[in-house]
Amino acid sequence: MFSLLGVPPQVLFGQLLLGLINGSFYALLSLGLAVIFGMLNVINFAHGALYMVGAFVAWLLLTYAGVGYWGALVVAPVVVGLLGIALEKTMLSRLYKLDHLYGLLLTFGLALILEGAFRHQYGVSGQPYPIPDALKGGQNLGFMFLPNYRAWVVVASLTICFGTWFAIERTKLGAYLRAATENPTLVQAFGINVPVMVSLTYGFGVALAGLAGVLAAPIYQVSPLMGTNLIIIVFAVVVIGGMGSILGAIVTGLGLGLLEGLTKVFYPEASNIVVFVVMAIVLLIKPAGLFGRER
Amino acid sequence: MSVASNSSTVAMRGHTRSTGTILIAAALLLIAVAAPFVLYPVFLMKVLCFALFACAFNLLIGYAGLLSFGHAAFFGGAAYIAAHTVKVWGWAPEFGLIAATAVAGAMGLVFGLIAIRRQGIYFAMITLALSQMVFFLALQLPFTHGEDGIQGVPRGTLFGLFDLGQPLTMYYTVLAIFVGGFALIWRTVHSPFGQVLKAIRENEPRAVSLGYRTDRYKLVAFVLSASLAGLAGGTKALVFQLASLTDVTWQMSGEVVLMTLLGGMGTLFGPVVGAGLVVTLESYLASTSLPVPVVIGCIFVVCVLVFRRGIVGELLARLPRRGH
Repeated sequence: MFSLLGVPPQVLFGQLLLGLINGSFYALLSLGLAVIFGMLNVINFAHGALYMVGAFVAWLLLTYAGVGYWGALVVAPVVVGLLGIALEKTMLSRLYKLDHLYGLLLTFGLALILEGAFRHQYGVSGQPYPIPDALKGGQNLGFMFLPNYRAWVVVASLTICFGTWFAIERTKLGAYLRAATENPTLVQAFGINVPVMVSLTYGFGVALAGLAGVLAAPIYQVSPLMGTNLIIIVFAVVVIGGMGSILGAIVTGLGLGLLEGLTKVFYPEASNIVVFVVMAIVLLIKPAGLFGRER
Repeated sequence: MSVASNSSTVAMRGHTRSTGTILIAAALLLIAVAAPFVLYPVFLMKVLCFALFACAFNLLIGYAGLLSFGHAAFFGGAAYIAAHTVKVWGWAPEFGLIAATAVAGAMGLVFGLIAIRRQGIYFAMITLALSQMVFFLALQLPFTHGEDGIQGVPRGTLFGLFDLGQPLTMYYTVLAIFVGGFALIWRTVHSPFGQVLKAIRENEPRAVSLGYRTDRYKLVAFVLSASLAGLAGGTKALVFQLASLTDVTWQMSGEVVLMTLLGGMGTLFGPVVGAGLVVTLESYLASTSLPVPVVIGCIFVVCVLVFRRGIVGELLARLPRRGH
């Protein structure tokens, strides 16, 4: 039995895989945050709560409507996206002319409401969500056992992340979006309906969170508290990566997930705080974040 | 001539205004002194602790324009320090409180040095992340006893003279601490230092171009605010004889934001009013089946959407302006 740095390879790779999965979720969520921030200048505190709502929609669909995982993968993001558009239209849109901090405070209130309501209804204990049949089992890679579902989560979220990056950086729609971020008035003068685009952007950003929620449901349990604890780590990820770049958000998310996994192997006591420590160090060395531009 | 008369009206206005404020403050103080004979002292002490906490927070958001989303770290962290020094090390309560305040101030220095490197929304996210780190530390460090917290903290004898086990003695001690903290904040806000903070809030680049080292000012304000939040947290630990994880959670950071927002950001009395309302509301809700976070969240949303000046801010805006 060989070992790496005094650690059995199963443990090391197992934790690295776990880190990669956590990192995929960090990447998906910080990507949504970055897209929303770019367009609306709002830090969406409700992102974690909407991720939780996505997971709950999947669970409710399965429990009460018999709709399985693959159906939920489509329906839950749509539901969360529509909810997001409704919230944007009725509330967030009133705050654009004010200090950005009000957007944060409003979405903080929304997060409390969503989390509190689900907690009131379903309690704090998690609801189990089964892995879909097609993805049960796993592969033996020789040095470790790779469950199929976990591999699917990593592949799916990477695909979504790079798809989003491509859509924003390389397509015409993305060009409109980036232009409207720079100068909404001018883009509107060219005949593009910017308010609708803003609503759709918010809807898309939170739909990503909803999708992440469905992906997470079989791995972590579906619980009302799953979102908010995650979102604070994602905030740190966003600060580390800098909000300027989509690719930066993805890379930072994955990297920090892996780092967290490694910390679990070598110094488990610090695994909860390693992301925050990295954030502090990055801020001291490069305040704009690794991929950010100073504004 | 016109300049002279102008300045004299300004002086007079300032004079009547400060007399009015002093009268109001004296009336409030009288009410506070008489209150424990009418209301439950522990409830009042809770209000006072949170009021001081909210006032400390308001010093940052209301006067320096910095939204800290991590003030629970100072409040709850200091509560642990006070509880540990008094219970385990057997310190007198006054030294426990001094230690709590000092540690909170030191934490504020570290947080501040890191967080003031970014502005606005990033500042809020960084303070939130750092305070979450403190939460995890409080969960894992041995001296905080994890989920149990530090229980059964003795209140002790203040200065070796006053037995804080007596509810009224404890109450007047808390009141004195609150008044002291409030006076310090009042003094800070009305000092040249406070004016510079306001200038930074209104237009930081301009303050920089006028030659102020704004980072220094922000850092001092942050440390001051953190220390006072710590004093409030330490006092709360003595009152409830308990330091627990609840006080370091991000929900607690959000609660102090709400108190300040509801009462009125940037007004001296706003946070006090907000703290009183939120604490009252929570103790009322505790006896009903309504979920507290949902109600708190709804108030948050309503405040942000239609009531941004808060109660005291709204009152001040409606008062007839003198001298125009």
